[in-house]
Amino acid sequence: METMITSKILLPVLLPMLTAFAVMASGSRPNLREAWSLTGAVLTFISVALLVPHILAGGSFSYTLFELWPGIAIKFQVDALGLLFAGTASFLWILASIYCVGYMRGLNEHAQTRFYVCYAVSVGAALGGAFSGSLFTLYLFYEIVSIFTYPLVMHHQDEEGYEGAQKYIVYLMFTSKAFLLPAMAIIYVQCGTLDFAMGDIASGIFPADASRWMVVVSYILLFFGFAKAGVMPLHSWLPSAMVAPTPVSALLHAVVVVKIGVFSICRIMLSVFGVDLLADTGLGLITAYFVSFTIITASIIALTKTNLKARLAYSTVSQLSYIILGVAMLTPNSITGGLIHIANHGFAKITLFFAAGCIFVATQKKDIREMAGLGFAMPLTMLAFALASLSMIGVPPVSGFVTKWYLALGTMDLNNLILLSVLMVSSLLNAGYFVPVILTAYFGKPAEGAAAAPALLETRPLILLMVVPLLITGAISVAIGIRPDLLLAIIHLLM
Amino acid sequence: MTNALLYNSLGYPILSVILLTPLAGAACCFFIRNQTVLKLWGLLVTLMTAALSLPLWTAFDRSTAAYQFVEELEWFPSIGLSYQLGVDGISVLLVLLTTLIMPLCILCSWKYIEHRLAEFIFVILAMETAMIGVFVSMNTVLFYIFWEAMLIPMYLLIAVWGGPRKDYAAIKFFLYTFIGSIFFLVAIVALRVKTGTFFIPDLMASEYSFAWQAWIFAACALAFAVKIPMFPFHTWLPAAHVEAPTAGSVILASILLKMGGYGFLRFCLPMAPQATEMFAPFLIALSLVGILYGGYLALGQNDIKKLIAYSSVGHMGFVTLGIFLLNDEGVKGAMLQMINHGITTGALFICIGIIYERTHSREIGDNSALGMFMPVYVTFLGIFSLSSLAFPGTNSFVGEFLVLMGAFRSQPLVGAIAIPGAILAAAYMLRLLQKMVWDTSDGHMHHHGEAALEGGHGEDHGEDHGHGRRLWDLDLRETACLAFLVVFVFWIGLNPQPVLSVMDASVTHLLDQVAAGQAAAVSGH
Repeated sequence: METMITSKILLPVLLPMLTAFAVMASGSRPNLREAWSLTGAVLTFISVALLVPHILAGGSFSYTLFELWPGIAIKFQVDALGLLFAGTASFLWILASIYCVGYMRGLNEHAQTRFYVCYAVSVGAALGGAFSGSLFTLYLFYEIVSIFTYPLVMHHQDEEGYEGAQKYIVYLMFTSKAFLLPAMAIIYVQCGTLDFAMGDIASGIFPADASRWMVVVSYILLFFGFAKAGVMPLHSWLPSAMVAPTPVSALLHAVVVVKIGVFSICRIMLSVFGVDLLADTGLGLITAYFVSFTIITASIIALTKTNLKARLAYSTVSQLSYIILGVAMLTPNSITGGLIHIANHGFAKITLFFAAGCIFVATQKKDIREMAGLGFAMPLTMLAFALASLSMIGVPPVSGFVTKWYLALGTMDLNNLILLSVLMVSSLLNAGYFVPVILTAYFGKPAEGAAAAPALLETRPLILLMVVPLLITGAISVAIGIRPDLLLAIIHLLM
Repeated sequence: MTNALLYNSLGYPILSVILLTPLAGAACCFFIRNQTVLKLWGLLVTLMTAALSLPLWTAFDRSTAAYQFVEELEWFPSIGLSYQLGVDGISVLLVLLTTLIMPLCILCSWKYIEHRLAEFIFVILAMETAMIGVFVSMNTVLFYIFWEAMLIPMYLLIAVWGGPRKDYAAIKFFLYTFIGSIFFLVAIVALRVKTGTFFIPDLMASEYSFAWQAWIFAACALAFAVKIPMFPFHTWLPAAHVEAPTAGSVILASILLKMGGYGFLRFCLPMAPQATEMFAPFLIALSLVGILYGGYLALGQNDIKKLIAYSSVGHMGFVTLGIFLLNDEGVKGAMLQMINHGITTGALFICIGIIYERTHSREIGDNSALGMFMPVYVTFLGIFSLSSLAFPGTNSFVGEFLVLMGAFRSQPLVGAIAIPGAILAAAYMLRLLQKMVWDTSDGHMHHHGEAALEGGHGEDHGEDHGHGRRLWDLDLRETACLAFLVVFVFWIGLNPQPVLSVMDASVTHLLDQVAAGQAAAVSGH
C-alpha cells in the first residue's frame, strides 16, 4: 500500500476556512455571501473527491504539518474511514448550503454572516477531524467544531437559545477537558506517541507490555470524552442543541457534529487500541452492550416526543449508537455495518431534518400532531420524509437496510442473541416513532377549527430551494440501498 | 560540574546595551515638554530595546546550556563583586518576553494616562531596565538590586496612576513582596558567607549539607512563592491588578509574576536539589490548591480584571506544578506556560483596558453584548480567551499539556487532581466570553437611565450603542497591539519547537544538576 506524502490533503480543510473568510468579507451582501458559501462547498467536495481514486487503489495520504513535541504532531492522514466521513459531510454541505438560502431567507433570520462563517468553519474542522493522523490533531479539530457550533446553537439569542447553547458547550467542553486531556496524557506516557496506527485495524499503538489497567482507563476516558457521539448518559446536549436553526440541526447535528463524535470513537477503537486489544480485554463487547442501552432507551424517549425536531434528535441519539455497536462487535461484517451507517444515517437524517425545516418555513408547524394533511400540501417533502423514515427503520431497498443487514450478520458471527434482539426491538421502536408521523401527514384529519393547509406549498421559490436538496438526499438514500457497492468497497479497504 | 561561559562575541556588549537603553531613555523624559513627543519617545525607546534584543534570539547557541553573551567587569574587587551579565536558555526567553511586551505597555496607555505623563514614561522605562536586569544578572548582588529596584516603579504605577483603592493595593503589593525578598536577602548573604562568592554559576556548582540546603530553599522559596504568587500568598495579586492602570497590569501579569518561576529555576532547584526533592510534594500540593482555588474564585467574579487576576493564580499554579514535577515535560511545560501566560494574560489585560476606556466600567454586566458593535474587538477577545483556557492550537495548550503529561508520567494522581483546573478555566473564560459577546439579558440596560441624564450623548455621535453606551471598534493602535500578540498565540500554539529548542539544553542541564545533587546525597550517606 502506497502512502503519498502531499500537502494537497490540507485543501479540504482549508477551503471551508477560506470560504469563511470570503463570507466574512462579503458582509452584508447576501447574494455574494451565499454564492461564496455554495462555491466553497462545491470546491471542498471536489477536493475530497479527488482523493478517492488513490484510496480506492489501496493507497493512503499523509502529511505532517508541525511537530509540537516528539510524537505529538499536527498530522493529517487520509484512509478509507476518514474518506467515508469526509465524503459524506462535504457532499451534504453542498445541498445544505442551497437549503440554507431558502431557510434563512424564508424566515428572514438575523446575523446571517455569522451563521455562514461558523457553518463553514465547522464543516472544515470536521473534515480536519476526518483526516486527522494523530489523536492530538483529532482533538484539535474536535474542539474547533465545538467552539464554532456554539454560536450557531445560540443563533436566536433568546432565553431558550442561551440556555441550549450553555448546556451544549458545558457538556462538550467539560467532557473533552475532563476526559480527553488526561486520556491523551496517559496514552502518550504509555505509548510515546499520539499518532494513529492507520492501515491495520487489528493492532493499535499500545506496546505489548502496556499496563492493562492503563489501557482500560484510557479507553473509558476516550469513550466518554467524545461526548458528541451522544452515547447515554452524555447525550442530553443534543436535544438542547435543537434550538438552533434547522439547517444547523440538519447538517451539523445530524451529520457533522455528531458524526465527528462517532467517527472519533471508531477511530480510536480501530487506530489507537486496535481490534485485537479490544477483543483481548473484552472492551469491545462491553461497549456493544453499553451502547445497546442507548439504542433502546433513546428510541423509547423518541416515542414520547411530539415536537418533530425533538423526535428526530432522540432518533439521532439512538442511531449513532448503531455505528458504535457495529464497530464494537469487532467482526468484519459488524464493522462494515457500523461504518456504512455513517453515510446511510447521514443521508437519511439530513433528509428528515430538511423536511422538518421545510415544513416549519412553509407552515410554521413544529408539532407532529398538527401535521395532518401535509402529505398533500407538500407531497415531495413528505415523500422524501417517508423514504428517509424507511431507511431509519431499515426497510429494503432504502439504505438503512444495508446497515441492519450487516449488523445482524455481525451478531450472528458472534452467536450473540442479545445483541440481535437489540437490533430487532430497536427496529420496531424506530417504526413506532416514524410511522405515526407519516400516517398523520397522509391520513390524519386536521383538528377542529384549524385552517386546512393550503394546497401545494412547494411552488414558492424559496421553498423550492429547500425541497430540491431534500429530494436529492432522499433519492441518494434509496440509491445507496440499491447499490451500496462504492461505500462497501471503501470500507472493505480497511480490513 | 563545570559551568562553561560563552563570552559575548557580537562585537558590542549586547546585554548591557539592552539593559541600559531604557534607563538612558528614562533619563531624557524630563526634558521633553510636549505630551505626544513624550509618548512617541517612550515608544521609540521600548521599540529600540526590542529591536536590539533580537540578536539574542538569532545568535543564541541552542546546543549548549552555558551562559551566553557573558560580560564581566570588575566592580568591588575587595569583596569579590563584579558586574556580570549573561543569559542561558531559561532567562533569554524571559528577556525577550520583557522587551517585546514593553512597547505594548506604552501603546495601551496612549490615551489612558493623562496626568504626570513624563513621570509615567519614566517609571515604565525604569521598570524595563530593572526587569531585564533580574533576568540577565549573573551574581546574587546584582540580582537582588534589580529585584528590589522593580518594587519602586511598580509601587508608583499603582499608587499614582491606579484606581480608587490604589493606596491599599500599592501598600499591600509592596509589603508582601518586600517581606518575601528580605528572606531572600538573608539567603544570599548566607550563601556568600558559606562559599565566598556571589557568582551564580559557582553557587550552583558548590555542594551544601542537607540542613543548609533546606534553609536556603525555604528562604528563597518564600520570596518566589509570594512573587509568582502561590496559594496562600496570592492575595496581593487581585488587589494590585484591579487598581493598577492597564500598563501596570500588563507588566505585572506578563513579566513580574515570571520572576517567581524564574527564581525557583535559577536558585532553588540547582542550589538545593535535595531540599527541592524534600519540599516538592508540599509545593506540588500548594500548586494544586492554587490551580483549583484560583479557578474556582475566577468563576465567581463579576469584575473582569479580578477574574483574570484569579485565573493568573491558577495558571501560575501550573507553572509551579510543572517545575516541581522535576521532569523534562514538567519543567519545559512550566517555562512555556510562563511565556504563554505573559502573552495571553497580557493581551487580556490590554483588552480590558480598551473596553474600560469606552464604558468606564470593568463589570461584566456593563460590558455585555459587545459582539454587534465591536466585531474586531470581540474577535481578539475570543482568541485570547480561548488561548487562556488552553484551547488546542493556541499557545497555552502546549504549556499546560506538557505539564499535565509530566504529571501523568511521574505522579498520575497529581495529574488527575489538576484536570478540574483545566475544566474550571474553560468554564470561567466561556462564561466571560458569552456574556461579553452576546448576552443581552442583564447588565447594560441600566445605562439607559444614565444616558438620559447626560442628555443622550449618543445622539452627538449619531449612534447609540446598546442603550447609551458609546462604543467604537478598535483603532489602528489598539489593533496593532493585539494583532502582534495573536501572532505569538498561534505561532507557539502550532509550532512551539523553535521556543522549546532554546530552553532545551538549559532545562536538561538543570535537571541533571538536580539529579546529580540528589545522587550525591544518596552516595554521601
